[in-house]
Amino acid sequence: MSAPVRLAESPSTGTARGGVSLAEALNRALADAMAADERVVVYGEDVGKLGGVFRVTDGLAERFGEQRCFDSPLAESGIVGTAIGMAMFGLRPVVELQFDGFSYPAFNQVVSHLAKLRYRSQGRLDLPVVIRIPYGGGIGSVEHHSESPEVYYAHTAGLKVVTPSTPSDAYALLRAAIDCPDPVVFLEPKRRYWEREDVTLPSPAVALGSAAVRREGRDVTVLAYGPTVPVALAAAEEAVGEGWSVEVVDVRSLSPLDEETIVASARRTGRVVVVQEAPRLAGYGAELAAVVGEGAFGWLEAPVQRVTGFDTPYPPARFEGWYLPDADRVLDAIAVAMAY
Amino acid sequence: MADVAVRQELAGGSLPARDILTLLAPSGVRREDPALECDLDAGAAARLWEAMVIGRRLDRAAVALTRQGELGVYASSAGQEACQVGPVLALDAEDWMFPTYRETVAVVTRGVDPVEALALYRGSAHCGFDPRAARIAPSATPIATQALHAVGFAMAAARTGSSVAALAFLGDGATSEGDAHEALNFAGVFRAPCVFFVQNNGWAISVPIEHQAGNVVLAARGAAYGIPALRIDGNDVLATYAATRAALARARSGGGPTLIEAVTYRMEAHTTADDPSRYREAAVLDAWRQRDPLARMERYLRDAGVLDDARVASVTAEADERAARLRRALQDAAPLDPLRLFDHVYSAPTPLLERQRAQLADELSRMEP
Repeated sequence: MSAPVRLAESPSTGTARGGVSLAEALNRALADAMAADERVVVYGEDVGKLGGVFRVTDGLAERFGEQRCFDSPLAESGIVGTAIGMAMFGLRPVVELQFDGFSYPAFNQVVSHLAKLRYRSQGRLDLPVVIRIPYGGGIGSVEHHSESPEVYYAHTAGLKVVTPSTPSDAYALLRAAIDCPDPVVFLEPKRRYWEREDVTLPSPAVALGSAAVRREGRDVTVLAYGPTVPVALAAAEEAVGEGWSVEVVDVRSLSPLDEETIVASARRTGRVVVVQEAPRLAGYGAELAAVVGEGAFGWLEAPVQRVTGFDTPYPPARFEGWYLPDADRVLDAIAVAMAY
Repeated sequence: MADVAVRQELAGGSLPARDILTLLAPSGVRREDPALECDLDAGAAARLWEAMVIGRRLDRAAVALTRQGELGVYASSAGQEACQVGPVLALDAEDWMFPTYRETVAVVTRGVDPVEALALYRGSAHCGFDPRAARIAPSATPIATQALHAVGFAMAAARTGSSVAALAFLGDGATSEGDAHEALNFAGVFRAPCVFFVQNNGWAISVPIEHQAGNVVLAARGAAYGIPALRIDGNDVLATYAATRAALARARSGGGPTLIEAVTYRMEAHTTADDPSRYREAAVLDAWRQRDPLARMERYLRDAGVLDDARVASVTAEADERAARLRRALQDAAPLDPLRLFDHVYSAPTPLLERQRAQLADELSRMEP
C-alpha cells in the first residue's frame, strides 16, 4: 500500500512544478488501487508500454507486470466485453477507451450487458468495471477526438457516470469508482489533464453521487461538470466586476445525481445557469434544468439558462473556439438570468 | 470444389460433406477417427442419450407452454440436442459456460431447474438461475456478445493461475457479428482457455448460411486467428462431447482456445413467434430427420447392449414426469411482487429509484383490491 508512485519519484512532476496534474492524479489513483487490491487489472489500447496516449497509465505495466496492465487489440467492444467476463470471474478491470469518439464501438456491450447484468442476474453478479474515457474538446484534435457522450451513459440505468474537474477529485473519484461494486463510466476531461493543483495525494475520499460547491455565491448558481467547471469559475470571477455573486456547483456525478445539493443551491440563489460542452437538445443540462424546475420552482427568479455546444457535429478544430462554451458565454447567460 | 459441395448440400438440406468428423454414423454404427478420440464406452455414453431424451421432452413442453400462454415466446433447440448436451457434459464442475437464448436444454443439462431456465421466456426474470451457483452466464440475447464474456472470463482465469475454462455457445448467424471476430481475435492473442462451440444450424431466423458467410465452412476461420478448429457432425453426441472434452483439456493445459463448428439443423422455427413456411421447404426436414441425434444414439446403445426397451421406457417416463413438473410449477407459480422491478439496478438503490419505488407502491396501494 505504501509502495512509491512512479510519478511522485519523477523530478519533472510533483510539487516541484507546483502541484499535481489531473493526469498524474489519475495515474496515482490507478497505481494505489492496483497496489491495494491485486484483483484490479488495467488494460486498453496502448496503455502498457506506452503508458496510454495521455500517459495516464504510465509506469503501471512496468511496476505491476503485464498480467496486471497490458495492451489489448484495437477493438473497443472486445475491451469492454472481455472486462465483463473478467469481472464475472472476480477481477476488477479498469479499461481505457482511448477517445470519446471511439467509445461507440463498445456501446452494445456497455448498454446491453455491463449496465444490466446485475439486474438481469437478480443481484447475483457484481460488475465492478471502470471504463475510463478521455472526453470533450479543446485540444485541437481531429474529428472523433473531442466528443461529449455523457448523456448516452447517464441515460442508461445500471451505470454510474462521474467526471472530475480537479486533480484531487480525479484521484478520489477514480479510487471510489474502482472500489464501487457497480460499473462506472469515468469521463476524463482531456483538456484539463495538464492542469495542476497544489494537493497532497491521496486526496480525501469523495462519495460517488455527490456534487461539490466550488464557489459560494448569492445571486446565481452555475451548474457545470468536467471540462466546463473552470469555465464556470472564470465566469464567476468576472461576474464580480459586474457586482454579481455567483455560486459554482461542480455536478461531477452525473449518475446518480446529487439533486439535493443542486436544488439547495438553486433555492439559495434563485437563478440557475447550466453549462455543458455537448449539444443542447436532450443534453445533460436539460436534466439539470428539469431537476431545478421540479425542486426549486417557487424560489426561481428566472428560467434556467443553458450554455451548451451548438447542435452540430463537433466542428473541425479551427472552429472549436467558437463552438465551446467559454466564460463570456456563461457571463452572457448570467446577465440574462440577472435581468429578470 | 469441396466448398461448393458443402454449400449445395447445406442449402439443399442433404448430408454434410465428408470433411465433417463423425464418431457415430446416422445408422448408429460407431466409427473411429484419429482426429477425434472419445474416451466413453457405450455404458458411460448412455447418460448423453438420457440427457438428450430429457432435453427434447422439456423443449417440446416449452413449445406447448408457449402455445398455452405460460411462456411469452420460446426458441427451440429441437434437432440440436447433441449440441446442447455433449459440450455441457464435457465440462468440469468448475468451468463456466456462456449460452445464448437457444441453450435452454444446455442450461438444464448443466443442472438448472427448467422453471429457472425458462424464466427468461416466461418474463418473470431476465435470468431465473443463479449464475454463480450454476456456473452459467445469463443467456445472452444480443448476438455473439457472450463470446467476449467467455474470453474475458478465460483470460482472467489464465492470469490468476486458475485451471478453469470457459465454453462459449454461438450460432452460425453470430459469426457475422463483429463481437464474434473480436472474441476469436482476443482469444487468439491472449491464448485464452476458451472453447467456441458454434452450432451451424443452417439458419439465422430466415437467412440461410450461404447468405451469412462467404465461406460456409465456419471452422475455416480458426486459421485466421491462430486458433485450432475442427468441424464435426453436430447431430453426433459422441462427437460434440469428445471434441469439447479435448478442447477443454487443451485449454486447461495452456494450449489456448479452440473453435468447434458443429454442423446441425434447426428443425423448429426460429422461435415460437416465427413462421418458417415463408422461407424454407418442409421437405428439407426429412433429410435431417434421417440424421436425428437421438435415434442414432439409441440404435448404438441398443446394439451395444446398454439399452433395452425397459430402460427406454423408464427414461421416457422420467422425461414425461419432468415435463409435467415444469407444467405444474408454471401453472401454480405465485404472483409476482411488482416492487421487485426496482431490485438490483445498483448494489444499493439510488435516491431516484427509491422515489420511483415509493411511487409504484403508492399506486398499488390505491388500486382496487
